[in-house]
Amino acid sequence: MDPLILLFALGVIARLARSDLRFPEPVYEALSIYLLLAIGLKGGVALSQEPLMAVAWPALATIALSFALPFVLFPVLRHLVRLVRADAASVAAHYGSVSVVTFAIAAAYLDRRSIPTESFMPVLLALMEAPGIIAGVILARAGGLGGAPILREVMVNKGIVLLAGGIVIGAVIGDDGYASLKPLFGDLFRGVLALFLLELGLVVGGRVPDLRRAGHRLVVFALAAPLVLGVGGLFCGTWVLGLTPGGATLFAVMVASASYIAAPAAMRMAVPEANPALGISAALAVTFPFNVFVNIPLLTILGSAT
Amino acid sequence: MNSQTHRRCQLTIIAEFVLEARLVALLRKLGAHGYTVHEVRGGSFAVDGERHREGVGETDRTIDMKIICERATAETIAQKVLEEFSQHFSVRVMLAEVEVFRPGKY
Repeated sequence: MDPLILLFALGVIARLARSDLRFPEPVYEALSIYLLLAIGLKGGVALSQEPLMAVAWPALATIALSFALPFVLFPVLRHLVRLVRADAASVAAHYGSVSVVTFAIAAAYLDRRSIPTESFMPVLLALMEAPGIIAGVILARAGGLGGAPILREVMVNKGIVLLAGGIVIGAVIGDDGYASLKPLFGDLFRGVLALFLLELGLVVGGRVPDLRRAGHRLVVFALAAPLVLGVGGLFCGTWVLGLTPGGATLFAVMVASASYIAAPAAMRMAVPEANPALGISAALAVTFPFNVFVNIPLLTILGSAT
Repeated sequence: MNSQTHRRCQLTIIAEFVLEARLVALLRKLGAHGYTVHEVRGGSFAVDGERHREGVGETDRTIDMKIICERATAETIAQKVLEEFSQHFSVRVMLAEVEVFRPGKY
């Protein structure tokens, strides 16, 4: 059994049992900064050994796909899940954006099974953060809803700054420069990810009551969306982006994941009419554990069969 | 040091963390001389459903903002904050009389 998953489960159980275990906010913040920067740096170093043109097409296709995703999900959320416009736009934005931790778990899962992936996958991860959120805002604005302009906030949110900044710095310093950072950002990565998952488990456990209020239709959506999006992502990764089976699997997990850090904060400001509990509960309390326990192993099997 | 005190108003705004930048911009526009902010946790036991804001995740974080100023400024700020944010965000606004030293600071 993967220790990462066990720690996540411990967090969920502790919270449901009303344990007093909690991470101080600055620790949570520091762990997430570390993870984003570590993923960025590692991707940047790998990128320094690749011709830039090899990344151009997958990068463009990733931006287009993640921008299009909320437009596909919106009618489903409106008519099948029966959400009002603001809520549907907000939830669609969560699923158009990406979960960095799900990416990290999938990358670790593939690594343990010695399944190689393209070195530029963290670049695609960074590119997938913002377009889905912007599309969600457009969907809300089209119906006359919406609050503060957030384009600047979305483009410079800490996730993008740390991932993209890490990639650029990693690409500039290359293997030699990274050697001195590796003890912190490479060797300790899985341990820090394990701590972060314990915290995430606590958060998920706390979201369970919200889920009851969200209704069964949204829960069904939060289970079905990653399955359908994952298979679609595998198809696109293989046939449109031209990735290897490992790369296509990781891409599929990214498409299947939903943001619960960048998207909730951005949508809270951009579409204040939306109920913030819906998107974050669906993304974090249903889709995230579903991806970790079911979808990542499933997509890995499907990916190796392509 | 001059130990004479002067009356001012302390305006307390308890609001969602995501509003901080917009509240600060509003304070500047409406003539406040400064503010203090710290993060807090809390909840309500309302009959329509208990709500707790425990600071897990950015949309669950809460700030407690304090502004000391003339009463007229405090009332204008309070009214504007309630107008702009109370419909869709969790916001609480309170006023209290305080005595300050060095009145020019407020």
